[in-house]
Amino acid sequence: MELLNNLSLGFETAFTLQNLMYCFIGCVLGTLIGVLPGLGPIATIAMLLPATYALPPIAALIMLAGIYYGSQYGGSTTAILLNIPGETSSVVTAIDGYQMAKRGRGGVALFTAGVGSFFAGCVATLMLAAFAAPLAEVAFKFGPAEYFSLMVLGLIGAVVLASGSLIKAIGMILLGLLLGLIGTDVNSGVARYSFDIPQLSDGIGFVCVAMGVFGFAEIMLNLEKKGTDETFLNKVTTLIPTWTDVKRMTPSILRGTTIGSILGILPGGGAALAAFGAYTVEKKSSKYSEEFGKGAIEGVAGPESANNAAAQTSFIPLLTLGIPPNAVMALMVGAMTIHNIQPGPQVMTSNPALFWGLIASMWIGNVMLILLNLPLIGIWVKLLKIPYRLLYPAILVFCCIGVYTVSNSVFDVFVTAGFGVIGYMFFKFGCEPAPLLLGFVLGPMMEENFRRALLLSRGDFTTFITRPLSLGLLVAAALLVVIVALPAIKKSRQEVFSEEL
Amino acid sequence: MNIRNKKDFGAGIMYMVFGLFFALNALNYKMGTAAKMGPGYFPFWLGALLTALGFFILLKSMSSKSDEESIGKWDWRIMIWISGSVALYGILLPTLGFLLSVIILVFISASASHEFNWKGSALNALFLVTFTYLAFVKGLNLQFPLYPAFLN
Repeated sequence: MELLNNLSLGFETAFTLQNLMYCFIGCVLGTLIGVLPGLGPIATIAMLLPATYALPPIAALIMLAGIYYGSQYGGSTTAILLNIPGETSSVVTAIDGYQMAKRGRGGVALFTAGVGSFFAGCVATLMLAAFAAPLAEVAFKFGPAEYFSLMVLGLIGAVVLASGSLIKAIGMILLGLLLGLIGTDVNSGVARYSFDIPQLSDGIGFVCVAMGVFGFAEIMLNLEKKGTDETFLNKVTTLIPTWTDVKRMTPSILRGTTIGSILGILPGGGAALAAFGAYTVEKKSSKYSEEFGKGAIEGVAGPESANNAAAQTSFIPLLTLGIPPNAVMALMVGAMTIHNIQPGPQVMTSNPALFWGLIASMWIGNVMLILLNLPLIGIWVKLLKIPYRLLYPAILVFCCIGVYTVSNSVFDVFVTAGFGVIGYMFFKFGCEPAPLLLGFVLGPMMEENFRRALLLSRGDFTTFITRPLSLGLLVAAALLVVIVALPAIKKSRQEVFSEEL
Repeated sequence: MNIRNKKDFGAGIMYMVFGLFFALNALNYKMGTAAKMGPGYFPFWLGALLTALGFFILLKSMSSKSDEESIGKWDWRIMIWISGSVALYGILLPTLGFLLSVIILVFISASASHEFNWKGSALNALFLVTFTYLAFVKGLNLQFPLYPAFLN
């Protein structure tokens, strides 16, 4: 009953004209960047953060969330029609989706992706509504030691489930934590690592790091490839699936939704991992497994449902525990802090309209997306014709304007340029930047809780393992590392992620 | 000494440089004790941990068991061009103003591409300067120095 009350409050908030409009803008922008290859949701959200300063917090968050799940929708369009996944989460969609398109069944593939995403989005929204309150209850029992251990688990989870080398990813976390510490220490008032540069005493701008490392470095890498813009487009014919298609895709959508919802909540989970997981399950369990890779509809339905479900359930740890499970959620933390909202369990009680409004807006956004995507596919496809040589200067312009407006200072522009160079270096050394961003956001929080926990225990480090909840979280983190280090898992993990490239 | 995994070798050095930088500078701040931590405590140990991790990655990259991997071509021109055009925007904005700096940014960054052409970039610059002016200055009411400083 309470759930219904909460949801109705949410819909009341989300159904105002202004919030509907920002939800719509977010969905359109999200679809747009999902369609455009070489521009991901992280860079876009970072780019648009400054533009949301003037908005009320709820409108800003609704729009940013729309960008995130909208990009999951858009990414699948290009994956199916062009074999170019707009986002990493649609890499697996391209495998069978493109094959379907080559056989003149592109429309059906798009329809399947759309319906699967819509269904998954609805279920995930309900999950979010149902699980948020009980989880937040748990969070209120947390002391500093538990919070510290939770962050350790979150960060370890993020690197374990991410691709690439585990040990290098841990290095990126440490570096991110350290970069996050730059600036004035709240307890002593000492300006750390600011070297008498006044702008640095406030710390490095979060937007600068995100834009430099993701936005600029990505541009450099794309330019380096010297690709040409010629694309071959498959014709979109009928959208309507046959009865056999419906029978085959329904169980896949259900499975994909379940897998995605679960993986989305896990730290480090998120859309890309969910899609990989769902594809593997479909391939293993389908009686048509020989059709996979040649245009099996299950290969589209499962991953597409999974990535959308995960995109939405990954809001759960952010909204209930205040811990971002992936880099996009780290950006949402940034957005919330800009609007003076401290992410965590208290959001639900202190700001219920914002909390439930955001959740309700996701459902509305899903309706908008399906209306937006299926009839308008032709328009999105035309956008693909924008050549990269015109696109990337535009990205740079938006980034520069955005960074400048954060605090009306050109200093931030220089810092971002610097992080562009650092980001390029990361890519060359095979260091993934996403854990860095997570560490950067969590750095100050982690230090604060570490400090408080040890203050309470009078310097006794065993406090982290004598408190049962904290111990449980640390054991879970250790288990994750051990599991991944097992030779069998290590091998299959590498296989899964090698497909990503 | 035989560096097999050049990517990891680079990453190891990078982590050690960053780690040492943070750890050594943390010594300038008060350390305190675990029960009463000073501002230097947490960054010092994080920095030390990062240095150790970097050293470990470095050693591993030279072991005969590690996979052979090269860094690949380092495209200095593109890196400097892109970051440089952004930095230049930062330098020019206070003196030349919003409109001119955007145009310059578009031209300079566009010329980093091997597909650069004047006409396309000019149209792109014109479009972007109009669009950003309408969206950010008029629409969102953000404050910029619009025109060159000497005109005011």
